[in-house]
This record gives sequence, C-alpha cells and structure tokens, in this order.
Amino acid sequence: MKPAPFEYLAPRTVPEAVSLLARHGEEAKLLAGGQSLVPLMNMRLARPRRVIDLNRTQGLAYIREVNGALRIGGMTRQATLERSPVIGGRCPLLPEALALVGHPAIRSRGTIGGSLAHADPAAELPAAIAALDGQITATGPRGERTLPATSFFLGVLTTALAPDEVLTEIALPALPPRTGTCFLEVARRHGDFALVGVAVVVSRRSDGACGHARLVFCGVGPTPVRVARAEALVSGRRPDAAVFAAVEGLVRETLQPDGDLHASADYRREVAGVVARRALTTAWSRTNHG
Amino acid sequence: MAERHVVRLTVNGESVERLVEPRKTLADFLRQDVELTGTHLGCEHGVCGACTVLLDGDPVRSCLLFAVQADGARVGTVEGLAHDGLHPIQEAFHDHFALQCGYCTPGMLMTVHDLLQRSPSPTREEIRKALAGNICRCTGYHAIVDAVEAAAARLRAAPPREAAR
Ligand SMILES: Cc1cc2nc3c(=O)[nH]c(=O)nc-3n(C[C@H](O)[C@H](O)[C@H](O)COP(=O)(O)OP(=O)(O)OC[C@H]3O[C@@H](n4cnc5c(N)ncnc54)[C@H](O)[C@@H]3O)c2cc1C
Repeated sequence: MKPAPFEYLAPRTVPEAVSLLARHGEEAKLLAGGQSLVPLMNMRLARPRRVIDLNRTQGLAYIREVNGALRIGGMTRQATLERSPVIGGRCPLLPEALALVGHPAIRSRGTIGGSLAHADPAAELPAAIAALDGQITATGPRGERTLPATSFFLGVLTTALAPDEVLTEIALPALPPRTGTCFLEVARRHGDFALVGVAVVVSRRSDGACGHARLVFCGVGPTPVRVARAEALVSGRRPDAAVFAAVEGLVRETLQPDGDLHASADYRREVAGVVARRALTTAWSRTNHG
Repeated sequence: MAERHVVRLTVNGESVERLVEPRKTLADFLRQDVELTGTHLGCEHGVCGACTVLLDGDPVRSCLLFAVQADGARVGTVEGLAHDGLHPIQEAFHDHFALQCGYCTPGMLMTVHDLLQRSPSPTREEIRKALAGNICRCTGYHAIVDAVEAAAARLRAAPPREAAR
C-alpha cells in the first residue's frame, strides 16, 4: 500500500468540516479532487494522520449566476465548469483555461477550490481567477471572510487560507460589456503544467478605446503575476499591432522568472512576451462579439 | 492501524462489498480485493493513465481515488467492455496492432471509450489531445490513433448494444 495509514473522515456539512479541521489542526488534510494531494500521499511526501474528505459535504458544488456575476462552490469539478453553459456564456476564459489543465480524467475529479488552495505557480486557474478580479471566500471557526484573488496567493503552494479554513466559494464580478478574454500557454506537452501562460481580459468602451484591462501570468513567479504596466499601456487607447508589440517588449523586460529543468529564465521571458502579444490580440478581437 | 470501512459499489454492473483500509486506492482495491487485474498501475501519481477507469460514467485515475470514496458508485473497468466478443474499440486496437506490450492498453481503451461517447467523430488532432494523458512507453502512438479513427467509424455505423458501465 502506498500512502501512510490515516483516519478517513467524511463530514456532511461545512460546519462539521470546519470543526474537524479545528479539532485536528495540522494533523489533518482536506481532500477535494485528490489530483494533487493523493500523488503526494502515494509518494509519502504528505502523510496526514487524518483525511477530511469534502466529496460528501453538501452545498459546496454549485454554479450560480446573479445579474451576470458568478458564484462557484469550492468543490465544483473542473470538468463541470468546463462544460457549463452558464460559465461558457458568461466567462469563456474559464473553459479556455480549463481545457489546458491536465487531462479529461484529471478534470473529472479535480476541483476549482483545490486548484486555488494548492496554488501551484504554473497552474492555470489561479491566473485566470486573478485576471477576472475573483474574490475567494474562506470559511473557518470564526465565520466567513472574503479576499481578492490577488491577495490570496502568497507564495509557492502557499495561500492566505488558515489551517482551519475551507475554501468555500469563488465569486466573479460581471464583466463589462464588450469584454474579450483569452488564455494562452506554452507547455512541453498538451496537458502539462504551463511553462508560461497568460490570462487576458480587455473591454472596449463605447468610444472604441480599451477600458478595463488585465494581464496575469502563470509559470513566471511564485504566484500569479499581474503586469499592471502592460495593462496601463493598452487601457485608454485603441490598441493596434504597434501597441500589442509594445506590450510584448514591456512584458519581456518586466517579468523575472526563474529558470529550471524545463526552461531557462530567458526562454520563459521571451515566451511570456510572445504569448502576451498573441493573447491580447485575440482577446481584443473578441471584444467585437461581446 | 486505521479503522476499516465497509465499501459497497458496483463494478461492471455487479455488486461488490468489502472491508477496506482507507489508504487503499481504488486501483489496488480493484486488483487485489475484486481480483480484476485488467486495471494496470504505472506511475501511481496520475501521469501515465494506465489505471483509468470509469466512475459513475466519468474517466478517472483509479490510483488517485481511495476505495472508500467510491462507496455507492458505479465503477467500469476494462473487463466490462467486451460483451459477446470484443468491444468495437478493442477490435479496432486488435486490427490495427495498436498495442505492443499491452501495459497501457486498458487505460487507453477506457479513455477512448469516454472520448468517443462525447465526440463520435474526432479529428486525428483531437484524438492525440484526448490521449495526451495516456503514456505508451512502446511509443506505438500512430497505430493507436489509427485504431481510434477506425473504432469511431465502426461505432458510428453500429453502436454496441450495451455500453460499458
Ligand atoms: C497528471 C496530472 C496533470 C495535471 N496537470 C495540471 C495542469 O496542467 N494544470 C493545473 O493547474 N493542474 C494540473 N493538475 C493538478 C489538478 O488541477 C488538481 O486537481 C489541482 O491542483 C488540485 O485540485 P484538487 O481538487 O484535486 O485538490 P486536492 O488534490 O484534493 O487538494 C490539493 C490541496 O488543496 C487543499 N484543498 C483542496 N480543496 C480545498 C478547499 N476547498 N479548501 C481548503 N483547502 C483545500 C488540500 O488540502 C490539498 O492540500 C494535474 C494533476 C495531475 C495528476
């Protein structure tokens, strides 16, 4: 048998899950889709004494739309989101990013909350949720608190979640009219974590200029990296090929990725500029349909 | 020793009830407790795809799920594919020599089964993407893609009476 022995707990409600976490503290681990935790347990890199399985906890898997804003339960499966007509209609960035997360069999089980809580620096969903100005709700013994995605990710595999908190909901504000989005990445193989990826959200104002703009990268730092200066470069203008090329240059100069076994720092910087230009060009062209 | 749990589920349509330790993965459970050894284990961390089975109709890595979690579920394994002879996907793999050592084949078959249910006429590019999570170390990918195309055509012409459960 691969994992070390553990006690299995399957709370039926969120308060029950929270009180189990509070009681068992660092000895316990929440189990969502298991697509990151169970590999670590099989390799015994994680040896929780108690596993608190959220898969039988009620009220954590849902997609709700209220006036264009979305509320997504933490245990909503990646595959469910990918196929949801509501998500596809309101937020096509998510299915585009989700198609790049592992493989269908990974997304059958993997959850959005698990991906955010795990906070892999190369993961697609944290960058996408940050680019969408998402808000993350954590529920603990002292109740609920909500924080913006941008202050949720603190470092490699590290978030603002306290050890006794459950990530219960992700809220995405309604996008402005005429918004275009795009997620692009370069990976070694289809389904691998990104070497570099980018989530772009841009809106066209009624006067034809770009209003709202977000560019958030994955794979180039310990957390999702937002490049506000690139956003400022497009915002307020009618961006054209020259502006997109300027963004490419700025991104290449601004980002400071580390090199590793898979790609050198220089290569990542180069690719980040290119995917930024391409994704921005595509996202802007999509504002015509919004 | 952690407390054991009773697990009741159906495997290929048959009810199964066993007492298991929580740390037992569904893959080990199928192989050791249910004695269905068609589900293969390669990497045991979700990368290779050899252990892919269907859980309530969806493809999952059985190495990344504990058997206790499958309590009440419907599990489909490669042993459930064939009825009155090979399943059309298996036939196509056979005809196109889409296996060499055969180790990855059960996972390939289950993944292809899911693909063709969702997308009956995939392009070669789509087939390659769908199989990107199933690794064949004999690297016989061309023949596998050929077999999937042929299986898709056969299934469109004559869907099998009974699908895998
Ligand atoms: C072969 C393979 C390829 C993959 N490729 C990619 C990829 O390309 N891109 C990508 O982004 N991911 C990839 N993944 C990871 C996958 O997306 C995981 O599903 C995800 O990282 C974790 O989600 P989970 O629901 O499986 O969480 P789990 O594995 O169950 O949990 C992960 C961690 O988060 C904690 N946690 C989970 N849910 C909550 C919650 N609601 N509240 C608080 N804490 C929680 C757990 O305690 C654990 O520490 C891949 C995985 C595999 C096996």
